[in-house]
Amino acid sequence: MSNRTLSFWLFLTPVVLGLGIVVVIPFLYGLVYSFTDWNGLRAESFIGLENYIRLFQEDEFMQAVWFTTKFAFVGVLLLNLFGLGLALIVTRNIKSSNLLRTVFFMPNLIGGLILGFIWQFIFISVFGDISGLTGIEGFNGWLSTANTGFWGIVILTCWQMAGYIMIIYIAYLENIPKDLIEAAKIDGASPFQRFKNITFPLVAPAFTISMFLTLSMSFKIYDQNLSLTNGGPADQTQMVAMEIVNTAFSDNDMAYAQAKAVIFFLIVSVVALTQVYYNKKREVEM
Amino acid sequence: MKKNNEKRNLISIEVFGLLLGLLWIAPFYLMIVNAFKTKRDIFTGVLGFPEEWITGNFVEAFIDLEFLKSLFNSILITGLSVGIIIIFSSMAGYALARNKSKLSAVMFFVFVAAMLIPFQSVMIPLVALFGQAGMLNAGGLIFMYLGFGCSLSIFLYHGAMTGVSKSMDEAAIIDGANRFQLFWRIIFPLLKPISVTVGILNVIWIWNDYLLPSLVLSEANATIPLKMFFFFGQYTKQWHLALAGLTIAIIPVIIGYFFAQKQIIAGVSEGAVK
Repeated sequence: MSNRTLSFWLFLTPVVLGLGIVVVIPFLYGLVYSFTDWNGLRAESFIGLENYIRLFQEDEFMQAVWFTTKFAFVGVLLLNLFGLGLALIVTRNIKSSNLLRTVFFMPNLIGGLILGFIWQFIFISVFGDISGLTGIEGFNGWLSTANTGFWGIVILTCWQMAGYIMIIYIAYLENIPKDLIEAAKIDGASPFQRFKNITFPLVAPAFTISMFLTLSMSFKIYDQNLSLTNGGPADQTQMVAMEIVNTAFSDNDMAYAQAKAVIFFLIVSVVALTQVYYNKKREVEM
Repeated sequence: MKKNNEKRNLISIEVFGLLLGLLWIAPFYLMIVNAFKTKRDIFTGVLGFPEEWITGNFVEAFIDLEFLKSLFNSILITGLSVGIIIIFSSMAGYALARNKSKLSAVMFFVFVAAMLIPFQSVMIPLVALFGQAGMLNAGGLIFMYLGFGCSLSIFLYHGAMTGVSKSMDEAAIIDGANRFQLFWRIIFPLLKPISVTVGILNVIWIWNDYLLPSLVLSEANATIPLKMFFFFGQYTKQWHLALAGLTIAIIPVIIGYFFAQKQIIAGVSEGAVK
């Protein structure tokens, strides 16, 4: 082995071991275990597709998949809407631009678990008080129905992550040449035309990134789900990530939980790869 | 006329932005204000100021959270993990970028592709494996963070290497430095901007991570989020204490944000856009 190859391997060994032991090996083991009756310690026998057949028939799991999909759809839409909206505000020539960026971004730095607890207080106590003051019944019991619980998680996530998406859009918006906008203004283009014909196409790559990020973030949400609703009422707001954790570590049904984890991996990667593929194609066409 | 119009426009955007900003920090306002109230005071109303500002909740929460201990654990685990991630990912990013072989390309692809695997898909075998090896402790956790964190970090370092000229390598080699010296003395200092980005992204992630430490650490070694989870469970319906605890837990982050705000926003932006 030449000196060069040797140093190549020396430089790579720590991360190869890290990724191998922590991600690759458990991932492969997991694939195999999902076809067995593994109980966390040993697997007695291969049971083929039994775990997979069972999970497709389980209401609770399918409900979690549906809830998560619904959440991801709404989350992607609103996060990008808010993120772009906030970015358009703070990139204007306003005095409070920096202050507002700081404020909008702040919730991102704090963990979803802590933020979820804060919002639990808001949805229970603050909303309760607002309902008492205004007499609007709708503010009461936000975390005690599946529907309002859903919107609770949506509000929490948007509040937390919109600032992050804002940062991405800012990076692209600030790259748009100022004279291009000025020229369009002189030519008499309306604000809407300017947005549609200049800003929007130049910000298109930011859509690719943001859609990809928000989609995978929405699918993988766990902390916010745990601290805000803990899946309640009656597991109706339980998302896939939480469903897997509970199957494994509350029900101790390891092989079955792992089969769910494999399906989860498939959903996340298919969605992510499709997204990237279509966005790349669209960008090229434009 | 047109100029005036535009100015008016900007002012209304500014006012709207500020109102939105107020709405954005309202949850923090509500948390802090109510952390200063007695239990009875919260019961009467959560929107206004306290009848009397009391600080006892903070003292009680501080003690119950064993805050200094959890803070120490969080700093230790985050600091060591991020340090190790930076050291080993920068080395790997360098090696992968400089070696143009097919194997190198394949390995880079594997590291990037691994980012697709969600944590829950490896979590169960991972915990079982480390459990059997007796590695469900802080050391094991730090190693796990290297495994989960190295993909994105290598990707970022690999990208930054395109800006480091190869003549740097050659000059140093001619001067008789070996690869290791060359990397640490010449290349790594040049990678400092991306190291800041990699550091910031990993600190934000590891500092706030809950699920992995909850599976690996015992309560005695709990980090802040983990301790917060136990603490909150203990004080359901005792909002005055729970909110004081949450406020305390957030303070280190706010201090960090205050001092490194520019770098944090720039780092996050770079990490996401690349």
